[in-house]
Amino acid sequence: MKEKPVKGERRVFMTGNEVCAWAALAADADIMFGYPITPQTDIMQYWTRLAPKYGKKFLQTEDEISAGFTTLGAVIAGKRAFSATTGPGNVLFQEPMSMAEMMRIPVVLIIPMRGGPSTATVIYSQQEVTMTAFGGNGEGFRVVYSTAGHQDLYDYTIKAFNTAWKYRFPTFVLSDGYQGKMRESLTIYDPAERGIEMVKAEPMLGLPGIPGVDRPTRHLRNTYNTEEELYEVVMQIARDFEKAAPEIVEWQDFDTDSEMDVLILAHGVVSRAAQGALPLLKNEGIKAGHFRPITLRPMPEEQMRAAAARANRVVVVESAYGQFLKLVKETLYGMDKPIDAILRPGVGITAEEIVAEIKERR
Amino acid sequence: MAKETIALTPAMPKCWNPDSKPHKFCPGCGHGLTLKMLGQAIDELGIQDKVIFGCDIGCSLLSWDFFNVDSVQTHHGRTTPVITGIKRARPELIGIAYMGDGGGYAIGAQHLVNAATRNEKITAILINNTNYGMTGGQMAPTTLPGQITETTPFGRDPEDSGYPTMGPEMVAAIAREGAYVARGSMANLRQLKRFLKKALENQMEGNGFSFVEVLSSCPTNWRTNAEATWRFVEKDMAEHFPVGEFKVPGKKEEK
Repeated sequence: MKEKPVKGERRVFMTGNEVCAWAALAADADIMFGYPITPQTDIMQYWTRLAPKYGKKFLQTEDEISAGFTTLGAVIAGKRAFSATTGPGNVLFQEPMSMAEMMRIPVVLIIPMRGGPSTATVIYSQQEVTMTAFGGNGEGFRVVYSTAGHQDLYDYTIKAFNTAWKYRFPTFVLSDGYQGKMRESLTIYDPAERGIEMVKAEPMLGLPGIPGVDRPTRHLRNTYNTEEELYEVVMQIARDFEKAAPEIVEWQDFDTDSEMDVLILAHGVVSRAAQGALPLLKNEGIKAGHFRPITLRPMPEEQMRAAAARANRVVVVESAYGQFLKLVKETLYGMDKPIDAILRPGVGITAEEIVAEIKERR
Repeated sequence: MAKETIALTPAMPKCWNPDSKPHKFCPGCGHGLTLKMLGQAIDELGIQDKVIFGCDIGCSLLSWDFFNVDSVQTHHGRTTPVITGIKRARPELIGIAYMGDGGGYAIGAQHLVNAATRNEKITAILINNTNYGMTGGQMAPTTLPGQITETTPFGRDPEDSGYPTMGPEMVAAIAREGAYVARGSMANLRQLKRFLKKALENQMEGNGFSFVEVLSSCPTNWRTNAEATWRFVEKDMAEHFPVGEFKVPGKKEEK
């Protein structure tokens, strides 16, 4: 029996990127493939220091395209493989992720978002929401967790492996450069001791026996000859995704039980500012609540609509120019509800700024 | 009673998948013969249960269900990293990355170069037919000077569009000791089979990267009859692309 990297429970003070490496270890990931890009690189750096102690592997590839496809190769061969990237690297990752979407290859990708478009900043943003949720030439058959702190990073990185392998959709953990680079307190734990059983990674190819003689040959493909043939395949994926969605969706709500003047919608680390704004708004005599989708894909639609129904208006706050806003508009479609937005592409947002904006726009 | 089979089933390698035969390549295409030699090599080495066959995009994708070996069809140029990932994860498997000249020398060139540089213990087989067949005969990295294609309608002018990629020469130059590099031809199948077999054995011995380029025909897009097709493969292509071994671990190359 190999030694467990995390035993029992331990209180730690770590950067978010270090947390991700520990979480992947705790989730018993076998191998990581990656390519350096700020602010993701230290996930790899921690992994390369920790992994050999526990018999785990790493390969630094020639680019993110290769990192994505080598990861898929290892998953196909039956390993719990993962990668991490951001920004322009996330762009290159869309090709392998679209293959994963089509071929139902479970894969975990951690994304500490940096500024965009293009090279932009290496610091922070929430500008990779659209690409992560709907990128590639696909249909968005993906699971996207948006984390709001280091405990989330630990919990949801572990969970991402089980979601990916249980439902067989590419699963993403959205972090951001602030979380990746800053330290925060959290509890790391052995998932087994909390009753979390890791879904077994089964090989898709390379099974025992002679193919075609002892067992059927596995022929994996993502190419189809006719429109109708493709339609059947895609619709099956769509049905599976719709069926899994209610089991996957996660959210948090704050002060949304009674009637509100305003409902703040925010995800990821911006949710922390929204949570901080609530008592300040209360002091100003404004009845405010906050709804945070943890899964951006699939979106907790019913729950967000229910919260919005109790508010006079909603305000979307994000560090992007309307990427989350689009998802909110789609979710709240048909509701007679004014939607306002505080959009700060590539810039952090404080509780005080949210309060000031909400007061000004009353 | 079922209809009687009146035609004799041709001799096929044991590891071929009879359900996907006759195969989907054009008449006169070199893929079929190459895959026949590869099938015989797999049979002779007794590795049908260990091979993972990966195929690229382009005509090579038509081989996705060609063998009774576990197979994966990937994206254009990405077969090398997929097979690399499989081999890194399960070193006991024998990974074959099967691709065309576009996949290996153009869109996936970085993967070929880096897999060779890292001495990945996989076997890459690349079909050189001097054009992009699946998309209808455009210029490939391997198109010969003066050769007419859909995107070089007046003949490939090296001043304008460069010289053909010399793949095995490049791979031999960057690969380290332990690598096996050769160029075979459908015009010499016994030699081609020898090269393919050595490329697989080299991986089985854990020596390093193995690479075989295969000079192959594309009469459909070349718009050539049988005689002209054969002449182009045997003479014109071989003049530009010397057939032989370029790197053999610890041994003398076969010229």
